[in-house]
Amino acid sequence: MECLIGIRGKDFVLMAGDSVAGRSVVAMKKDHDKMYQLSNRLLMAACGEGGDTVQFAEYIAKNIQLYRMRNGYDLSTKAAASFTRRNLADYLRSSTPYFVNLLIGGYDDSDGADLYYMDYLGSMVKLPFGVHGYGSFFVLSVMDRYYKEDMTRDEALVLLQRCIDEIHERFIINLNSFKVKIVDKEGIHVMKDLRPTTKPPEETPGTQSMDIV
Amino acid sequence: MSRRYDSRTTIFSPEGRIHQVEYAIEAINHAGTVIAINSKNGIFILAEAKRPSALIADKVDNEKIYKLSGCMVGCVAGITADANILINYARNQVQNHLQAFNEPAPVEKIVRQVANVKQNYTQYGGLRPFGVSIVYAAFSREGGFKLYHSDPSGNYASWKSICIGANSSSIIGTLKEKWTPDIDLTGAKNLAFEAYCKPCDVQSISSKNFETMVLTLDSDDKPLFQALGTDEVENLLKENNPIKAS
Repeated sequence: MECLIGIRGKDFVLMAGDSVAGRSVVAMKKDHDKMYQLSNRLLMAACGEGGDTVQFAEYIAKNIQLYRMRNGYDLSTKAAASFTRRNLADYLRSSTPYFVNLLIGGYDDSDGADLYYMDYLGSMVKLPFGVHGYGSFFVLSVMDRYYKEDMTRDEALVLLQRCIDEIHERFIINLNSFKVKIVDKEGIHVMKDLRPTTKPPEETPGTQSMDIV
Repeated sequence: MSRRYDSRTTIFSPEGRIHQVEYAIEAINHAGTVIAINSKNGIFILAEAKRPSALIADKVDNEKIYKLSGCMVGCVAGITADANILINYARNQVQNHLQAFNEPAPVEKIVRQVANVKQNYTQYGGLRPFGVSIVYAAFSREGGFKLYHSDPSGNYASWKSICIGANSSSIIGTLKEKWTPDIDLTGAKNLAFEAYCKPCDVQSISSKNFETMVLTLDSDDKPLFQALGTDEVENLLKENNPIKAS
């Protein structure tokens, strides 16, 4: 029931995740942040099994910090994504697999902005835009229609708003708030939460309340 | 002279030395020389492969210079059997890194890992240290051309130019005199041969004894490893040998 969205722009990656933390039919928390900072310019959004997401995300984040301590420099986005995928794949065939779906967005000086999409089976692709969850059924069509290469931050935010509106329009589960972050050369920036744009309810002609006389 | 403190690696002598490690370093001073010089546009490595018998087949295997990865080369001086273990370990570590991170292993990481193995044998287990010094030459996008050296104690450092093996102290003296930061590859080749020939007996020098390696960038800016041809080695020897053989 979760939804993660990632959009690669000219020199940034825009990432958003719904902010509902739910169990079964109950929404436990409505302002939950599903994005984890791996390093100064690396952001990971994770959805899936409850404890697994946090556990795996923190494990990867600390290992990436350890690499930095040991070797004196940050891992590139590609290397960090490959390392994450390697861990997912190794744990998959163990007695403790992690059931997490990930989007990793990052910026490095040699390759610019990159977005990687990974699923719980350890498959990984580099994408211009990626979506996890049931929301993908609706959002991918919107992206195919409106995404273009080298968008500016404002254009990407408009596109993201369109996606959120479409989810609100057609997805049966109510996801009415998304946490939004941007990764670029300067680091990770937290944006304002996005909500679906409310449209005024239409007046259906021919139905007027009738006073019973 | 504290002989009772030198039979085990796991104890210090009263002067604060670990004798087994020092003896290992001494063993390397009897091995074939390796000279490595870093220049503006590449690294040149000259290694002397000691042929203990005339019956040994020529050019079957490398004995001194080993490729560790697409960007890295390791040159050994010391006990060849010990070196084989470490080179194999280094190659494994390079591939492990590639498998985990999908990009070439940084030199420093490999140097550090091999050095940590060497250090292990000076502190745990009561086994003798590796009698091997290794010189690493590598190219990386971030650091350019780099030279590293590690010795049996597990210490390592980055160098502008280095010599290990026989006559290393006098050769290092020559290198210290003549190396400049703006030396180019041709200058490095000549300097290596000059430094090698200085302390040597001219009769025993023959181009068949050398293994060479030139590390440069190709037209796509990828690292390129090449050995010198026998003709070029002959020429460099002739030009830089101060004692003209009659």
